[in-house]
Amino acid sequence: MKTEKNKVFVTGMGIISSLGIGVQQNLDRLIEGKSGIGSIRHLKTRLSDELIAGEVFYSNQELIILSGIKDAKGISRAALLGIIAAREATKNTDFNDPNVRTGIISGTTAESMTNIELYLQDFLNNDSRNEYIESQDWGYSTEVIAKELGISGYQTTINTACSSAANAIMTGARMIKHNMLDRVLVGGTDALSKVMLNGFHALMIVDPQISKPFDKNRKGLNLGEGTAFLVIESEKVAEEKNIICELSGYGNSNDAYHLTALSPDGKGAAMAMNNAIDESGLKVTDIDYINAHGTGSENNDLSEALGIEKVFGKNIPEFSSTKPFTGHTLGSSGAIEAVFSILSLQENLVFPNLNFKNRMDEVDVIPENDLISSQEINHVLSNSLGFGGNNTSLLFSKTES
Amino acid sequence: MIYINGLANISPQPTFNNKEFLADIRQYKTNMLQCIEPDYSHFFHPNALRRIGRVLKLGWAGAKSCLDDAGLQTPDTICVGTGKGCFKNTHVFLNSVIENDEKFIPPSPFIQSAHGSIASQIAIQTGCKNYNMTYSHRAFSFESALIDAMMLLSEGKYKNVLVGGVDEIEEIQFRTFDRIGHYKNPETNNLSLFTEKSKGTIAGEGSAFFFLENHPTEKTYARIRSVHTFSNPKGQIEIEKQIETFLSNNSLSVNDLDLVIPGLNGDSDFDWIYNDLMKSIFLETNQVYYKHLCGEYHTSSAFAMWLSSMIIHRQVIPEIIDFNKKPLREVRNILIYNQYRNVNHSLMLVSRHN
Repeated sequence: MKTEKNKVFVTGMGIISSLGIGVQQNLDRLIEGKSGIGSIRHLKTRLSDELIAGEVFYSNQELIILSGIKDAKGISRAALLGIIAAREATKNTDFNDPNVRTGIISGTTAESMTNIELYLQDFLNNDSRNEYIESQDWGYSTEVIAKELGISGYQTTINTACSSAANAIMTGARMIKHNMLDRVLVGGTDALSKVMLNGFHALMIVDPQISKPFDKNRKGLNLGEGTAFLVIESEKVAEEKNIICELSGYGNSNDAYHLTALSPDGKGAAMAMNNAIDESGLKVTDIDYINAHGTGSENNDLSEALGIEKVFGKNIPEFSSTKPFTGHTLGSSGAIEAVFSILSLQENLVFPNLNFKNRMDEVDVIPENDLISSQEINHVLSNSLGFGGNNTSLLFSKTES
Repeated sequence: MIYINGLANISPQPTFNNKEFLADIRQYKTNMLQCIEPDYSHFFHPNALRRIGRVLKLGWAGAKSCLDDAGLQTPDTICVGTGKGCFKNTHVFLNSVIENDEKFIPPSPFIQSAHGSIASQIAIQTGCKNYNMTYSHRAFSFESALIDAMMLLSEGKYKNVLVGGVDEIEEIQFRTFDRIGHYKNPETNNLSLFTEKSKGTIAGEGSAFFFLENHPTEKTYARIRSVHTFSNPKGQIEIEKQIETFLSNNSLSVNDLDLVIPGLNGDSDFDWIYNDLMKSIFLETNQVYYKHLCGEYHTSSAFAMWLSSMIIHRQVIPEIIDFNKKPLREVRNILIYNQYRNVNHSLMLVSRHN
């Protein structure tokens, strides 16, 4: 296996979230400062009486039409969202060159939980829902997306909880650097499910109002759903006109602390950020903006804030969590926030951390409250911290023009 | 070069901590083969033993024994492949959501329902705070973890990788996939899996771990030269081409293979893919089969990796896997070829290191 110092460029991106369908709608809502979190309309759950979420606006039937899929037999909501974002991401991609080794790496936490929770009793007792049975397997949505887009090369799926998509993006970049692939569709997809909603509710970390990341009085997270994909390509195959930015660094670490909680000292988060910065060859002071994981949970935000403080000391760059816009989309959050981080580079914007009012007692770290548009943004760090202490940071950089 | 410097395999056969190589083979009269589990009290504190789900126990016992075999307490990095992950706990949690009508649900099964928990559990037990990854993609799960492990070792940032394939079969998964014909009907005997010529296979599970470094030690079993996956091939010619290209990328031809390990699982809908190759490019190559021992599961190729390591290390082919009965020659190069429902195809090349 040959390691080459091969730059990795982002040449396409696509997204669907509670903020809207497509990059432009998402950007507009981020600039307006309007959250996509609201009442739960599509998911049938008793909790819709008491909780809100970042649900994608469209029903499954509408998504089938929007995705353009011909054979929707047994399809899951996560796969439908995935196809829509993947199509947008690849709209300028030329798949016809057989010499370009193309793969897909996706991250998902809940995969087709929406099908399983609806049909499990049928799976066990009758033949009425047999077409949904195979969608139970992790890897299902990746294979559906690959088939729809005609990607026949390397395929895999990562499930490291909330850092799944960030890890998928990192793995794709590493495979390009190892000269194993030239182009990879990387990202993640997750749909809102009763299992996840009840799971986080049972852990008592869901805020019934829109979350307040990094606020002293934060009460927890909101769940969301959505998908984002990036097309990343090697220097060799990326066409100048398609290059959006460089994926300049990435790093992963593990807290080795608890199956769900993050280590309270923030060391794991700091290690992931440091690894990403080291990989890029940049300095800590080069970072202009951090799109934080910032779920709004007691544990995450303190741990992440301490991690940020460890890495940046007194010179903390602008940072914010965009979770109050989208909710926590779990396995896909790393991809959705990668798109937001890239938009920050493209538009020279720092997106606001909605709802922040009071600084935490434990740490002197304050996120940006307002949209900032007066600064040149050259390097953006995007954090994803998962269940089981799986931490990943991605670093996106403007390319020199 | 990637060397296997420690291994462990928990399977439906007595493969775990066993001095013998595939002796005392178990015959099962069910289509759901489950692991012969070790005494977990050697691996967990009594409190943890009660709380922790079965797949996490399988995962940690496999990982710990592999580290013991390598003579090490903490690996540098951890990569796990698991097709079904912690799905059983997801079902337990979902049932409790339904039964309690979404009110007052105990969260513990949810805590252990994330697939990444298997690798996280190993990190917690060993204090390994570095790179930690979980691949969950049907029959590419273990292969993806191995490919990642090989990248990690060539990047040079870390010294070693603990890589494993872990899967659990449980009643709900079995019944569900049995409904769509994945398993044989009626029940069969695992040891006559290849003589029945009927549709479906038998379900299995396992936890196989490998300790990988980029230098040999006195413990070295074999070296892994290359791993390659491909999806949905358009017919037999493409499969043959994939295999030949894979070998030539490693400066080998089919004639250099001393052994091929196809993933035959007794399912007449798919075994023809292997059988056609046995009549074409592998006509002259020695073969061994193994899924009658461990059953079919998403990471069953990890069992084949263990098998390859043991055969190369001991230069023995146990009778229970030898269906060709060709005279044994020195085994230097083994090709593991697995396909799952003609969608996920994988090739792994294992060679003697000395």
